[in-house]
Amino acid sequence: MKDDFEPTIIGFLCRWCSYAGADLAGTSRLQYPPSMLPIRVMCSSRVDPVFIITAFLRGADAVLVAGCHPGDCHYIEGNYYTRRRFACLRKIFETLGMESDRIRLSWISASEGPRFAQVVTDYTDKIKKLGPNPAKKEIFL
Amino acid sequence: MSKVLRISKGAEQGVQELLKFLLESGKVKGVLTLTKINNNGAVDYSLITNSEMLKDALPLFPLMPANAGKLLSRFTLKSALAEPIAVVVKPCELRAFIELVKREQGSLENFLFISSTCDGVYPLEISSNGEVAKKLSKYWDAVKKGDIAPDIRPTCSCCKYFLPYNADITIALIGENIDKECKIFLTTEKGKKSVEGMKGQLVEGELKTQEVKNLLNKREENKKKLFDNPALMQDGLSGLIETFGRCIGCHGCSRVCPICYCTLCTFDSKDYENEPSTYETELKKRGGMRVPPNTILYHIGRLTHIGISCVGCGMCTDVCPVDIPLSTIFLKVGGEVQQTFNYIPGKSVEEKVPLTIFEKEELTEVED
Ligand code: SF4
Ligand code: SF4
Ligand code: SF4
Ligand code: FES
Repeated sequence: MKDDFEPTIIGFLCRWCSYAGADLAGTSRLQYPPSMLPIRVMCSSRVDPVFIITAFLRGADAVLVAGCHPGDCHYIEGNYYTRRRFACLRKIFETLGMESDRIRLSWISASEGPRFAQVVTDYTDKIKKLGPNPAKKEIFL
Repeated sequence: MSKVLRISKGAEQGVQELLKFLLESGKVKGVLTLTKINNNGAVDYSLITNSEMLKDALPLFPLMPANAGKLLSRFTLKSALAEPIAVVVKPCELRAFIELVKREQGSLENFLFISSTCDGVYPLEISSNGEVAKKLSKYWDAVKKGDIAPDIRPTCSCCKYFLPYNADITIALIGENIDKECKIFLTTEKGKKSVEGMKGQLVEGELKTQEVKNLLNKREENKKKLFDNPALMQDGLSGLIETFGRCIGCHGCSRVCPICYCTLCTFDSKDYENEPSTYETELKKRGGMRVPPNTILYHIGRLTHIGISCVGCGMCTDVCPVDIPLSTIFLKVGGEVQQTFNYIPGKSVEEKVPLTIFEKEELTEVED
C-alpha cells in the first residue's frame, strides 16, 4: 500500500531564487519526482505561516518553503524574517504533537538546479516513509 | 532593596488612601481602578476623577472583568494621555499593555502604573452570583501565607510573573501582614515623586521575600502538573480535533485577548470564507466536512499570531462558552515559542517583539 503512495508537496518558492532554481532543474533535464506543486511567491517572507497551516490542513502531505540563501534575499532581509516565523511555527507543531517533518524550510539559489532536484527527491522519500497526511481524511477541521 | 512607604492600615484601605491622595493632591487627574458594581462581588474598571467616588473602589479585588491592557490601549490608541492618570492593574495586564505599546497600539505617556504582587484572580463565572464574596476570606488567607489561592484561574495558579514588571508603585501582598499594614514599594523615580507629601513611614524593603520565592516554586510545580495533563494537546491532529471539536466558532477568545488587537480579525474576514470551489475540492477529497470550516486553522493561526506574546492572563478560557482550556494551551505552546527566542512578553518596552527582528546567524536548526 505504502509503496503506491505518491506524496503531494506544496512548494512555496521565492520567485528570485528557488523558483528559478526549479526552472534550471527543468531546463537541465534533471530527474526528480513529480510530487511538488510549486506556488511562486515574490519572496519567502510573503508566506504567512497561516498559508502553511492551510495547505497542511487541506491535506498536503508536506509543505516546503524555499527562498534565497541568507544574505541573498532580493529584498535584503526578507528571508531572515521567514526563518523566525518558520521557527515559531515549527515550535507550535512540535508542542502540539503534530508531525513537524511535514513542514520544511530550505534555501535554494537560482543557480542550484541540482540542489533543487535533490531537495525534492530527498523530501519526497522522507514523506513517503511518513505516509499520507492524516488531515486528508479528517472531517472535523 | 527599594524605598517603601509604610502605612499602618490594611492593604486595601492603604491603596484607597494612596489613590485619594494622588487625586486630591493633583498629582494625577484621574484614577483607573476596579470598582464595585453591586454587593454580590461584581466589579468593573472605572475611570474616576472625583475622589468621593473612590469609596466604591476595590483596587485589589481578585477579578479581571477585562484585561486592562486592552482598555489602556483603547484610551491611548488615537493619542497619548494629555494628563496624568494612575491605574491599578494586575501584573499580566501591565505586561499585555507593554506588548500592545510595542505594537503601536497605545502609549505609556502620563500613566502612573500601580500594581501588586499577585495571587491570581477568580474565573468570571462566579463573579456575579455571590460566590466570589464567599471565597474572599480564603483568598486573603492564601495571600498572607503565600499559598496558591484555591479555585483561581488555572493559568494564575501557575503564573511565574506575579511580581510586576514596569510598575512605578508595587503593593506588597504575598506573604505580608496585609490586615495591619500596607507596604507601598516605590519602584521608579516617578513612583517616588508621586507619593511626596503623603503620610506614612519611609523605609527600605525587599519585594522578593522568601514567601514570594516559595510561591514561585509552588507555581512552577503546579505548572508542570497542568501542562503534563495528557488531555492537553499532545496527540497532534487528533488531539486538536478532540479539544477544539466542541468550539462553536464565536471567536470570543480573540475578542477578549489583549494581544489580539485587530479591529477586524483576519479569521472573521472574507479572506477566510471558502470559495464554492474550495468546498467542492474539499468534499471530493473527504466526502464530508465540518461547517463552518476552518476551526483548527483559526486556533493554530491565532497561536502563530499571538503565541509569542501571550501573557497567560486567562481571559480566553474564561469567556469560552464550551469550556475549552484555551489559556492553558496558549500559555504552554506560546511559552515554548517565547523560550525559543528567550522572550518574556511585557518585560521591557525596549525589547522588540522577536518576530519583528532577526539575527543574521541563528536558527540554522530549522533549515534543511
Ligand atoms: S471562545 Fe471557545 S467556542 Fe468561542 S471561538 Fe474560542 S474556543 Fe471556540
Ligand atoms: S491567549 Fe488567552 S491567556 Fe493568552 S494573552 Fe490572550 S487572552 Fe490572555
Ligand atoms: S487572531 Fe490574528 S488576526 Fe485575529 S485578532 Fe488575533 S492577531 Fe488579529
Ligand atoms: S527574495 Fe528570495 S527569499 Fe526574499
